[in-house]
Amino acid sequence: MAGRAFALTVGAAIVALTLGTLALVGLRAEGGWSTDYSALRFTVVQAALSALISVGAAIPVARALARRRFRGRGALVALLGAPFLLPVIVAVLGLLAVFGRSGVLNQLTGLAGLPRIDIYGLHGVVLAHVFLNMPLAVRLILQGWLAIPAERFRLAQSLGLGPRGIFRHLERPMLQEVLPGLTALIFVICLTSFAVALTLGGGPAATTVELAIYQALRFQFDLGRAASLSALQFGLCAMAVLLALRLSAPGGFGRGLDRVVDIAPAGWRRGSDTLVLVLAALFLIVPLGAVALRGAPILVDLPAGVWWAAARSVLVACGSSVLVTGAALALALTPGRWVDLVAMLPLAASSLVMGTGLFIGLYPLVAPEAVALPVTLMVNAVLALPFAFRILRPAATTLTSDYGVLAQSLGLRGVARLRWLTWPRLRAPLGFAAGVSAALSMGDLGVIALFAAPDRPTLPLMVQQLLGAYRMDQAAGAALLLVLLSFGLFALLDWGGRRGSAL
Amino acid sequence: MALHCENIDIRMDDFRLTANWRIETGARVAIIGPSGAGKSTLLMALAGFILPSAGHILWNGQDVTRMPPADRPMTTLFQDQNLFPHLSLTQNLGLGISPRLRLRKDDHSRINAALDRVGLGGMGARKPASLSGGQQGRAALARALLRDKPVLMLDEPFAALGPALKTEMLGQVADVADTTGATVLMVTHDPADARRLCGQTILLAEGVAHPPQDTIPLLDHPPPALRAYLG
Repeated sequence: MAGRAFALTVGAAIVALTLGTLALVGLRAEGGWSTDYSALRFTVVQAALSALISVGAAIPVARALARRRFRGRGALVALLGAPFLLPVIVAVLGLLAVFGRSGVLNQLTGLAGLPRIDIYGLHGVVLAHVFLNMPLAVRLILQGWLAIPAERFRLAQSLGLGPRGIFRHLERPMLQEVLPGLTALIFVICLTSFAVALTLGGGPAATTVELAIYQALRFQFDLGRAASLSALQFGLCAMAVLLALRLSAPGGFGRGLDRVVDIAPAGWRRGSDTLVLVLAALFLIVPLGAVALRGAPILVDLPAGVWWAAARSVLVACGSSVLVTGAALALALTPGRWVDLVAMLPLAASSLVMGTGLFIGLYPLVAPEAVALPVTLMVNAVLALPFAFRILRPAATTLTSDYGVLAQSLGLRGVARLRWLTWPRLRAPLGFAAGVSAALSMGDLGVIALFAAPDRPTLPLMVQQLLGAYRMDQAAGAALLLVLLSFGLFALLDWGGRRGSAL
Repeated sequence: MALHCENIDIRMDDFRLTANWRIETGARVAIIGPSGAGKSTLLMALAGFILPSAGHILWNGQDVTRMPPADRPMTTLFQDQNLFPHLSLTQNLGLGISPRLRLRKDDHSRINAALDRVGLGGMGARKPASLSGGQQGRAALARALLRDKPVLMLDEPFAALGPALKTEMLGQVADVADTTGATVLMVTHDPADARRLCGQTILLAEGVAHPPQDTIPLLDHPPPALRAYLG
């Protein structure tokens, strides 16, 4: 079957791009292997702290959202979905505006005569990771809360269980089920963190493995060190991914969080819920608002270079989105356990190593700057694949089980099947997956940092360069443009998929 | 001219079903038996969705055991999901003529004629969701009419309909079979359906699909296995 052959090709390409590139870098390694224990330790510590704090802070927020009904609840839930697609560099910029050297917080502590807060280092990295991942945790825990059947809450009420009893018999079992997988998922996401460590970490004391790979490649041209670090990174991530799979990490893309659990204890709990929600909303809104306020006046007279960078980024994002969506669809429509494993593989891969391997492979043929954008596009596509796959897989499985037999009996196959069955039935998840992939690619700051010609950056790299040059107003303007384009692309593709798919 | 099951042996985990008989062209055959006996499994094997572990399926002497479902001389009405909900009736029926939905002008008149034939005239633009269960069944039947295959197989397609509607649908099936001269195989759990089909019956019991027998005498003087099922 043509579909299966295509899926096998995609699978082989993913293996080649993740493991093959690692091997290519390893083969070029001269001067032997070395292990960097301090980077390893820092990576694990910051990821563990980020995961634990994100999840710990998310629990009260999710509970408050689960049981309170208020104006703007829908907007808050939607806002919680945003950081997953938010370009990391924008989040960093926002956090700097609040917690940075001349940020809001330090101006307040300065007035009060307290010592300055320094955002750089471990706590800064963890803060940024919590900012980026806590909302995801809230959404997934909220799903857990809303998955408790309403009858169960009614039963608890009819038995006269108070808030403590409800926690013991309903909420704690749910949390025990949801939290381990969720914590492991965030741990994995934070392990491969690059942009946060690049901007807020640095120095021997605050270097992640991914950042160490960047430094080895960029400043030391030490392929051996990069390869051994990559192998380390791959092993670490592979173990964490397997752990997360064992703990059955939750799906993460559920809609329909508009229900409210019909149990809302009064008294001090109402006050604490309100406080928690206000704090969480402020934590998310203030940094982003700071970027928006600072960037908005600049938006109209950004230098031409920023617009060119934006055009490059949109091009890469669109290309990457098409590539991922096609590849993820081919895999999602193919049954078998191997498909799930291959589709998860990129979660354990380092984007920098992938890019380096591609460059080593392409170097004899073309100049690196000439292929900086295609390579970035390719790497972004591979990195987004696990997410696109997880969006499409359930819908594709349902499609096959519902209509596979009928389609086969009518001889509906190949292009005709794509056109008359797959596309009309899957256009909503396809649009969503394409939107997520485009936004992720748009905001990515990884390989491009390594190989872009200095005068031809993508938009996230441009923001980082402006930030590095302390041109904060222009950085904020470019960051605002980046956010608008990322979410605009996402919204456009998602809307395009859902439009007319009302069946 | 016949459909021949030659030493068919279907095995799935600890399930087993054997069949060794032939059905003459134009026959109307009901397949009855307790649930779990493998009625649907037998039909799925004939339709090409399950490959028997041993034996051959022959149509007029030609081996079709490994032929892809759509190329077989058979068309099937399933228990449910017979129509694609996102396509109009015209498109759903059109798939029976051209799987690529490349329809010419005379194809459209054939589709309209088939819709008229099952009492759905003028409803070609509608989507299945706006149709009643009986109308959906008739639309699927109209597509079978257009596919015009020598064997029409039905897997309890009208089980969800009320008694009156079911009788009417069975009448339509007989009508279609008369027109096309098709051989009919119908899975049912209701002996009354078998009687109404007025032909032969294959009894499935204890892992064996018994050769077809005339329905009326079989039901009037049931062997022990059938008596246990009829109660």
